[in-house]
Amino acid sequence: MAEEKKLKLSNTVLPSESMKVVAESMGIAQIQEETCQLLTDEVSYRIKEIAQDALKFMHMGKRQKLTTSDIDYALKLKNVEPLYGFHAQEFIPFRFASGGGRELYFYEEKEVDLSDIINTPLPRVPLDVCLKAHWLSIEGCQPAIPENPPPAPKEQQKAEATEPLKSAKPGQEEDGPLKGKGKEKKAPPLLEGAPLRLKPRSIHELSVEQQLYYKEITEACVGSCEAKRAEALQSIATDPGLYQMLPRFSTFISEGVRVNVVQNNLALLIYLMRMVKALMDNPTLYLEKYVHELIPAVMTCIVSRQLCLRPDVDNHWALRDFAARLVAQICKHFSTTTNNIQSRITKTFTKSWVDEKTPWTTRYGSIAGLAELGHDVIKTLILPRLQQEGERIRGVLDGPVLSNIDRIGADHVQSLLLKHCAPVLAKLRPPPDNQDAYRAEFGSLGPLLCSHVVKARAQAALQAQQVNRTTLTITQPRPTLTLSQAPQPGPRTPGLLKVPGSIALPVQTLVSARAAAPPQPSPPPTKFIVMSSSSASSTQQVLSLSTSAPGSGSTTTSPVTTTVPSVQPIVKLVSTATTAPPSTAPSGPGSVQKYIVVSLPPTGEGKGGPASHSSPAPPQSSAPSPLGASALCGGKPEAGESPPPVPGTPKANGSQPPGSGSPQPAP
Amino acid sequence: MAALAEEQTEVAVKLESEGPPALLPPQAGDGAGEGGGGTTNNGPNGGGGNVAASSSAGGDGGTPKPTVAVSAVAPAGAAPVSAAAPEAGAPHDRQTLLAVLQFLRQSNLREAEEALRREARLLEEAVAGSGAPGEADGASAEAASTLLSRVTASAPGPAAPDPPGSGASGAAAVPVLATGPAAPGKVGSVAVEDQPDVSAVLSAYNQQGDPTMYEEYYSGLKHFIECSLDCHRAELSQLFYPLFVHMYLELVYNQHENEAKSFFEKFHGDQECYYQDDLRVLSSLTKKEHMKGNETMLDFRTSKFVLRISRDSYQLLKRHLQEKQNNQIWNIVQEHLYIDIFDGMPRSKQQIDAMVGSLAGEAKREANKSKVFFGLLKEPEIEVPLDDEDEEGENEEGKPKKKKPKKDSIGSKSKKQDPNAPPQNRIPLPELKDSDKLDKIMNMKETTKRVRLGPDCLPSICFYTFLNAYQGLTAVDVTDDSSLIAGGFADSTVRVWSVTPKKLRSVKQAADLSLIDKESDDVLERIMDEKTASELKILYGHSGPVYGASFSPDRNYLLSSSEDGTVRLWSLQTFTCLVGYKGHNYPVWDTQFSPYGYYFVSGGHDRVARLWATDHYQPLRIFAGHLADVNCTRFHPNSNYVATGSADRTVRLWDVLNGNCVRIFTGHKGPIHSLTFSPNGRFLATGATDGRVLLWDIGHGLMVGELKGHTDTVCSLRFSRDGEILASGSMDNTVRLWDAVKAFEDLETDDFTTATGHINLPENSQELLLGTYMTKSTPVVHLHFTRRNLVLAAGAYSPQ
Repeated sequence: MAEEKKLKLSNTVLPSESMKVVAESMGIAQIQEETCQLLTDEVSYRIKEIAQDALKFMHMGKRQKLTTSDIDYALKLKNVEPLYGFHAQEFIPFRFASGGGRELYFYEEKEVDLSDIINTPLPRVPLDVCLKAHWLSIEGCQPAIPENPPPAPKEQQKAEATEPLKSAKPGQEEDGPLKGKGKEKKAPPLLEGAPLRLKPRSIHELSVEQQLYYKEITEACVGSCEAKRAEALQSIATDPGLYQMLPRFSTFISEGVRVNVVQNNLALLIYLMRMVKALMDNPTLYLEKYVHELIPAVMTCIVSRQLCLRPDVDNHWALRDFAARLVAQICKHFSTTTNNIQSRITKTFTKSWVDEKTPWTTRYGSIAGLAELGHDVIKTLILPRLQQEGERIRGVLDGPVLSNIDRIGADHVQSLLLKHCAPVLAKLRPPPDNQDAYRAEFGSLGPLLCSHVVKARAQAALQAQQVNRTTLTITQPRPTLTLSQAPQPGPRTPGLLKVPGSIALPVQTLVSARAAAPPQPSPPPTKFIVMSSSSASSTQQVLSLSTSAPGSGSTTTSPVTTTVPSVQPIVKLVSTATTAPPSTAPSGPGSVQKYIVVSLPPTGEGKGGPASHSSPAPPQSSAPSPLGASALCGGKPEAGESPPPVPGTPKANGSQPPGSGSPQPAP
Repeated sequence: MAALAEEQTEVAVKLESEGPPALLPPQAGDGAGEGGGGTTNNGPNGGGGNVAASSSAGGDGGTPKPTVAVSAVAPAGAAPVSAAAPEAGAPHDRQTLLAVLQFLRQSNLREAEEALRREARLLEEAVAGSGAPGEADGASAEAASTLLSRVTASAPGPAAPDPPGSGASGAAAVPVLATGPAAPGKVGSVAVEDQPDVSAVLSAYNQQGDPTMYEEYYSGLKHFIECSLDCHRAELSQLFYPLFVHMYLELVYNQHENEAKSFFEKFHGDQECYYQDDLRVLSSLTKKEHMKGNETMLDFRTSKFVLRISRDSYQLLKRHLQEKQNNQIWNIVQEHLYIDIFDGMPRSKQQIDAMVGSLAGEAKREANKSKVFFGLLKEPEIEVPLDDEDEEGENEEGKPKKKKPKKDSIGSKSKKQDPNAPPQNRIPLPELKDSDKLDKIMNMKETTKRVRLGPDCLPSICFYTFLNAYQGLTAVDVTDDSSLIAGGFADSTVRVWSVTPKKLRSVKQAADLSLIDKESDDVLERIMDEKTASELKILYGHSGPVYGASFSPDRNYLLSSSEDGTVRLWSLQTFTCLVGYKGHNYPVWDTQFSPYGYYFVSGGHDRVARLWATDHYQPLRIFAGHLADVNCTRFHPNSNYVATGSADRTVRLWDVLNGNCVRIFTGHKGPIHSLTFSPNGRFLATGATDGRVLLWDIGHGLMVGELKGHTDTVCSLRFSRDGEILASGSMDNTVRLWDAVKAFEDLETDDFTTATGHINLPENSQELLLGTYMTKSTPVVHLHFTRRNLVLAAGAYSPQ
């Protein structure tokens, strides 16, 4: 009987100051404390009474949300005149003000200019009520159509993964609100009579549609058609019904990486990483069960000694960067105190970095992986080793030319270190940046670091001013589109592309792109995804973004929007940038503007809101249905928008650098 | 206390004798002699009950007609005569009666007064004449009658029998004479509120105890109960809640605010969680002034909290209280609790938990003893013209054999008279029209094609989603043949959709109609105006959210009930409003047509359900007794009974014939929002805000099942056409299917269970659950089985 207090009955009453304020507002200056107290009690009681009545109307109206009209009806019950004019659909924000020892909450009423109202165009007429029928269940089986919710919500997937014995059908296990009903029933006798419930055998049988879908998706993901791939990746990233295919996808990825690392097939590795990214982006999937398969694959792509056939030319660095960001994202999402993912990953990276014999490629990957884990990791693990690493780099760069590959590697590592450490240092150290002090602390990297830090500071300052103007972030459930005008460190841009030793540039671009985002301690790296395609000039890249680029002209290039940076894209991006007049001011009108698309909005209609929606499907599910055969046909809406790529351009073939060749003449 | 308003009985009796379609409005006034017959089964208590009912029904702010005296009676119960008849059997009732009479006189409502007085006098005589047991009763009756005569002495006309002509006013008054146990009435209305009434009601709290001792009393009792034997503890624990409430109210009433507050703080955590809503109301009630208008408080005062306790436990309690000289608690037990003592084993905690939860405790055992004719009426015999083509088709499909026995079974079922069925003409039912017969034939044909459902053959569910409703969908109904869907909306509109290719057309204008050749065969087709054909018709007329909608069985009419206090009848031929039934002054939460048409029932915030006939603008019956809003109303398949579910967490079953409450089902822990009868009429399923569905055996008056699974209000329930499957839809956006056959399979309906009302519910919700189907953020507002057992569900998409 004496159970823990379940009731949260609060005896809240209005403060008596409120009564005073109200009285004052009505012109009654002096009001006794006692009167206030009485009024307070009375008013509180009446308000509660009305609220309780209003709840009744809410229940009868079959709603979960109390509306202002419910209050009106409750007042009407009491023969009180309803409050007119409070028909706000949305939350009414209360403003707060204090002063003179008083605190005040008020509702801001704007003065409305009638002529303004008259002159504004009429709002769209809300759609009329209509009736739509669909099959909720066919002979006891719920079809997976967009009108129905996804077959297994994330919570259930989680429940199945963590507590397989408990996960019966969703919602069945809840005790309901009747907790007071005898505790002895709650703990079922484990071995007494009751049949022991075993974990149901999970059957991984895919329907024919699902098999078709799986085949199409995987083929599109690793195929040669970029448009198809974009669609497939988007489907993976948004469709709600993929849960059953998750084990397949995960195996596909891990096996794919295993095979393609051996074959040094850079392009395929990139595609597979993009799939990982897409899976992680899908809000309906519970990936925990498959992280153990995905992490090794991703880690391989970061630290593998060789990822491509021609390490001197191919940009496998970008893949490492991207995979490093993925790992960071995985850590952020899935690391817990029990699985210790982050610390295990950190250990792996550190171990391979510390090792003297580690090749530059692996070294680069380890550092990138560590750096993406956030500022704290940089501070504690990378900064202390800067001096040592600087010496090593100098040894390769300044010393006798042993191998070109080593040189390139060292150069990349150097720029990577500069890129990641500069912002951290800028925050850590007080402003006067002294070359000598830096040299003393960080050795040979010191001077370079110093100049980078100075630049980082300047940029941060610039950002602080411009942040409103230059960054447009449309916030949706997932940040989808960031349009940032990244101030370019102008002089360094040109000419970097062709000289192998100066491949630092793409990194540079990324730095600027990242800095353009509002400063935050550890920016989620994977948000910054540069879309591009190798062969494309601006006219060809007509995904949704191209419309926002002012003119399809020569200088402003809107790179292709896909979900993941491929190797060329970054090079490509640079190349288009380099074709622009190099010395243009960063904020110049449009000429060097870079549009960096972070990721695609789920669909165009996300903003449309429920009003414009004619189907009950929430935005993300208006993407192709998971199992519908139509999901993969070419005739999807997006397909119509993006013209097929130029034939014969092997877009994502990482082994050749056509990207630099073909587009350059275009602008 | 099941009181009778005998005029209603008498009307019903008369109707019975007159034969079906001539259902008249209750004509009171004449036939007073018959009235006496009506009261006989009440024993000596009948008179008092009747009077109490009248006052309480008045209290609900009843009919809107200003001419009707009784609506003004509301504030009655004035206390000028409060000293009268102190030790009489029902002093309070008599006192109320006197007050009513006085009030009537003051208000110059002579006819009503006379009617009432005559009736009261008659009652007294009836009581006296029936040889009241014990002299005390007789004496009290005499005392009362002398009092009466004193009060009415100055009235102009003595109790001369009225000519039938004056029945008008009497008739008006009749519907308001409520039946059922003394209802608290709805005193919440500001307009009706009156001081003397409330103080009379509250006066019982006047006894002064030492306010500081209350906590001690209570914790003393708590200690005693917790230390008692296990078998008694569960039973005695039932005392906690009512005692807590009454002690708190006493403290508040006697203006010991601080003591009340600390008392509440200290002990409210001990109460069972299903009383939470009431406790919330109580917690806000901290001043004597607040008590005046508070309905919950009045419920507690006016209705005794009913506890069922075994004799042993009761003796134990009594001894304890006497030993401790704990008069405070003993007084409360005496005055405010009704302890229903039974012999035998004390009940277990589980058994108790299953039955408690309602606002006023459990139902008394005798409340569920009366006989209920739950069987189905005999279907009128209709020659089913066997369609040759149909037959051919069946034969070609190679199932001629199967069809024959099926048909026979249907035929035999309808021919045999169910022993539990009411007499065919117990209440007059409208005669079948030709179109009805056609519909019945259609129905039978469809029946032959019906899917046999079962655990292995689940029905398909077709979901009708209302899009762009902006949270405004409040009611849905589907016609029996599943051709039309009506939606009631918060913007006061009623919308009717046709879900078949056949569009909705209205009848032509009168001028055009006159041109039609009335002899032609297709005259019914010709009268329709092709230009008006559309899939959707919108009915405008209400001035508040439409909370209830119901199609008539013949699809010619639609009923809608609304926040504006009216029930409207719409024609689906012209798509206009035909009648607005005004009676409820408060929001009308639900309305439903009788399965045979003509009658309908409505229930609302004024705590009563009303029975209407479409051609009378005033209700034929008022079912009063619920202590809170009547949330949902359903007709029994045989149209002789009406079930109502209420916010007081009880379900009541009312006899349409005499207005009696024949069943009170307690056990729900939250306001009841959905009801449905099984097709065979034996069972009732009810769903409440606590997410549970309870199953009841009507004949035995027992709870027979509990279906747990939903996590939010169950707003729709429906049995499949053959009763094998129960579908439930809820605010938690799921439709669930339950195995009804299994649920009703082996019921404990032996004599012992029936006699004691002690039930042991099997915990088998999981086994009974056949399927759960999530919708996409769409609360399931309505469910319907088509004649072929396809489930239609409906709800409005409400994005989060």
